[in-house]
Amino acid sequence: MKETILLTKHMRDNPEDSHLIDSYEKNNGYSTAKKTILESSPEKILEEIKASNIRGRGGAGFPTGVKWGFLAEDEDRYLVINADESEPGTFKDRILLERDPHQLIEGIIITCFSANIKEAFIYIRGEYAKPARRVQQAVEQAYQKGYLGKNIFGSEINLDIVVHLGAGAYICGEETALLNSLEGRRGEPRLKPPYFPAVKGLYMKPTLVNNVETISSVPWIIENGGEEYNKLGVEGSTGTRIFSLSGHVNNPGNYEIEMGSSFGEFVETLGGGIRNNKKVKAYIPGGASAPWFRGDQLDIKMTIDDVANNNSMLGSGAVVMMDEDTNLVSAAKSIVSFFAHESCGQCTPCREGTTWLEMILDRIASGRGRTSDINLLLDVCDNISPGLSWPPKMTTICPLGPSAVSPITSLMNDFRDEVESLIPTKVLL
Amino acid sequence: MSWDDKLLKQAKKIIKLYPQKRSALGPLLHLAQSKDGYISDDSITVISELVGITEVQVKSVSTFYSMYKQEPTGKYLLSVCKSISCEINNSSEVINKVQEFTGLNNNETDEEELFTFEAVECIGACGGAPAVQVNYETVEGVTPENAINLCEWLKETKPDVVVADEMQENFGGIKSFDWAIQDNSGATSTAPGFQTLKTTEVKK
Repeated sequence: MKETILLTKHMRDNPEDSHLIDSYEKNNGYSTAKKTILESSPEKILEEIKASNIRGRGGAGFPTGVKWGFLAEDEDRYLVINADESEPGTFKDRILLERDPHQLIEGIIITCFSANIKEAFIYIRGEYAKPARRVQQAVEQAYQKGYLGKNIFGSEINLDIVVHLGAGAYICGEETALLNSLEGRRGEPRLKPPYFPAVKGLYMKPTLVNNVETISSVPWIIENGGEEYNKLGVEGSTGTRIFSLSGHVNNPGNYEIEMGSSFGEFVETLGGGIRNNKKVKAYIPGGASAPWFRGDQLDIKMTIDDVANNNSMLGSGAVVMMDEDTNLVSAAKSIVSFFAHESCGQCTPCREGTTWLEMILDRIASGRGRTSDINLLLDVCDNISPGLSWPPKMTTICPLGPSAVSPITSLMNDFRDEVESLIPTKVLL
Repeated sequence: MSWDDKLLKQAKKIIKLYPQKRSALGPLLHLAQSKDGYISDDSITVISELVGITEVQVKSVSTFYSMYKQEPTGKYLLSVCKSISCEINNSSEVINKVQEFTGLNNNETDEEELFTFEAVECIGACGGAPAVQVNYETVEGVTPENAINLCEWLKETKPDVVVADEMQENFGGIKSFDWAIQDNSGATSTAPGFQTLKTTEVKK
């Protein structure tokens, strides 16, 4: 198995200065944006994006062309780049921001041209200080060259980009929470309807919210054509995708591959196998929100649909391998603690439920579990996500609450013995 | 106590970047954090006047986000990740060692105001687990021993600018990806070392 290098080409070819504009331009950077602005039309660009069949890389996997097509008419429209990458296991946007920020800016220019947008925001999580510096520097350089600002590339078109720093809230990755945050409010997800930011988004104006990787793919798609992109990968999961591999593997890292191989092949080849030749006990196929797979399910294909058909999700493309020695209850507790900490507190089932789940799992993990705890866990889970089905039913405004349920249903379905073995049995005297 | 002219000028530039004033609230709170090491009552008053919202509204936002500290922090904010990839790669031992060295519980600051310690959720360095941030500058692949060495180094040399690359070279190990070129930019306070600045002068 080999990588297919599109998005990570420039940074690999030019490790010394891939984040600087001179290096980017030397390698044909901004030529696609320039050609687009001077020679193409918004409709043509949208057609190419639709033909590429690219689906959003943030987690939900929504078709990008369809999203762009939704954008309502208005004098003020905005593009917001979601660079609030915080899903545990994910570090793919970080490399794109840090090592090739101009590719993102070029994608933004093309996107804004297609959607007739004059102002874009890049919302970067606050903990990504260094990536944010690189992006800000890149934005300054693009302004100096006249690729941003007034009359870009000598055209009639104006475009401004503002780099905005978040302040440590995972929930701001949820697009309506992100918009609230960008408006200077608490990062609480908005009650739907309105369902789509493309109709009512930032300041209640039509807004495109797209992931860093999605928009970074735009220059390649426009340069080579949507059809070419569509040929890569498999139907429903076209193009390349950057997977973040971590956990007990020999070679953790970001790998850009065409979707369609199995997780097992991915880990064995690019990942270099599991450390110390151990076996996989369980793995997470798409970030902390995704239900786990067992070690005997490594033949599942890495496509959005294959993973969904096996009752999990490819999500943000974060693959976390857990070897045979992993204490899965502690692992689940870590994930549940994450969601308990990141719950915004608006909805009771999530705010109270995640805290309860954390407490019960902590009790079990530290050997103080009670026999009744297993049913209690399931009961709390059921209150957050009735029926414990996949995709989850919701009792909350956003999917954060149900995400905390995922690792517990995985534990209960596949590793119940391990949980029960940690609960001391009562000795009758 | 109030904000000096330089800071106010900077604040006004930031406000100009946005279609609506209130959007500048987040960046202004970062500015306040970089000034005092926490969000002081004084800053809340200044920001509420600058943005045109009440002090309670500012406070409500500032307390929502974990990076805006409500109490003074030390010179160095030590954030050790405890999320899943770090957790299964022994981050709890890193946390123990840092706590042992500093004598701090979660979210505590020492009397000399040198260190503030916190165990944090995912910082996007999962391929380089376990990971640590000092004033939001990342170090990856930190062993428990190197965590102590890092703390000792900070205590002895007290660098004014905390540089990720420097720390990575001396105290780091496995990385999420190749960092490539050396970068000597860094952080000078317990706010992220980032400022929206020149863009304003170019646009509008």
